[in-house]
Amino acid sequence: MFPVLPDSASTFLGLPAPLWQALWLTLRLAAITTLVLGLLGLPLARWLNTTRTRLAPVIETLVALPVVLPPTVIGFYLLVAFSPNYPPGSWWRAATGAPLAFSFTGLVIASVFYSLPFAVQPFQAALRSVPPELLDAGAAHGASPARVFLRVHVPLAWRGIVAGLTLGFAHTLGEFGVVLMIGGSIPGVTKVASIALYDEVQKLAYPQAHAFAAVLLGLSFVLLLIVTLLQRRGARLM
Amino acid sequence: MSRCVILAFALLVAGPTRGEILSIAAASNFTYALDALNAEFKRYSPKTAVVVATGASGTLVAQIRNGAPYDVLLSADLEYPQALIKEGEADAKSLQTFATGRLVLWATKPAIELKSVADAVRNPAVKKIAIANADTAPYGRAAKAALEKLGVWAAAKPKLVTGENISQTAQFVESGGAEAGFVSLSVVLSPKLKVKGHWIEVPAELHAPLAHGVILTTRGAKKAAAKEYLEFLRTPMAQKILKDFGYALPK
Repeated sequence: MFPVLPDSASTFLGLPAPLWQALWLTLRLAAITTLVLGLLGLPLARWLNTTRTRLAPVIETLVALPVVLPPTVIGFYLLVAFSPNYPPGSWWRAATGAPLAFSFTGLVIASVFYSLPFAVQPFQAALRSVPPELLDAGAAHGASPARVFLRVHVPLAWRGIVAGLTLGFAHTLGEFGVVLMIGGSIPGVTKVASIALYDEVQKLAYPQAHAFAAVLLGLSFVLLLIVTLLQRRGARLM
Repeated sequence: MSRCVILAFALLVAGPTRGEILSIAAASNFTYALDALNAEFKRYSPKTAVVVATGASGTLVAQIRNGAPYDVLLSADLEYPQALIKEGEADAKSLQTFATGRLVLWATKPAIELKSVADAVRNPAVKKIAIANADTAPYGRAAKAALEKLGVWAAAKPKLVTGENISQTAQFVESGGAEAGFVSLSVVLSPKLKVKGHWIEVPAELHAPLAHGVILTTRGAKKAAAKEYLEFLRTPMAQKILKDFGYALPK
């Protein structure tokens, strides 16, 4: 189902429709990525906090890597992984008939890797901040570990968890290098806001670039303000 | 010990004290020919150290406009150098067409048949077609013109994946992400890629000729080494290299 492309001559608030399309695509990508980060990241954070296996530091380091790795490294490895010439890209290709690169799904997978530590690390901190006696109390009342996690642990750690989700969301909004390598700049599918802005600059369309950058800046500011407020309130209650 | 450190540091920052450094900005389609050209230039002008930056012609021009320190621009068209002249960033007298490029449609999988451009676009086995950014890369512009002239632009659009420049476009095809792609002839004739896949030439009448222009920036116009490079491009050896990479030479 190919999205209907808006006419590039139409504008809203001074920005042409394709830029708004790119923004909407970026918001969708960030939202779905955040959802996946929550579903995968919370159990992972809990496991990293409680496991005693000697592999734990290695896995924690692997999770933390996207914080320091140049995005082009992530992009490069994903390019190789997504290539339909060998697995796993070939499996995807065989199953769906389309390449994993240049697809929205490919971007979601890339974004989950790219933003993983920005969600998991706050999750870990949040989960650790809950006094274990409260969790023990839940277990003492006969609740299963899963029930304790979902009904007691997560609700008590909600501030840090929301902060992690917000950071994961905000970080995905800023994704550029990875998308540049595996996206293919397809309007409405992989042409995210950061790529659209880059294109405007390359075309020397500075007025549009200014306006669009301002929108992205404002959005990022608001998101981070939410995270900051959550963390400050959380700290005061400690 | 500290004397050794100071000496080592001094040598490090001294750089090439003999000869000039020539900074060349080259459109990505020249990447492949440049290795051979610059090796030859080293023989022509041994004292000059050449530094190369590649990218889409439009990108390089934007950088020059914003002060990038290039001396020579090898553009994939003539419009970009002319835009630079108009803004006083380049030396009008130095502009010359040094080669003409050809656009090809390339596929790396043997199963993908390339009978004609229109055929390939409509081929259901071709799910993604790579093209360079038409706004900044002349080869992308030519590909778009060809598709429009053939009347298959609407059929092609949903399948297009856009590369930043010819190099990235070629990489999309080479990695298998795109079944076919519009690249320069120099790509498919380059040593590394000529063994991969098959291609057809896009008929020249479908787009404006890809006249490649070389020009000196105002910075480069003052450098003897830059003028030497222009002369070098006209030597028989350089012309042979360009021909080997599929470029047609001006009379």
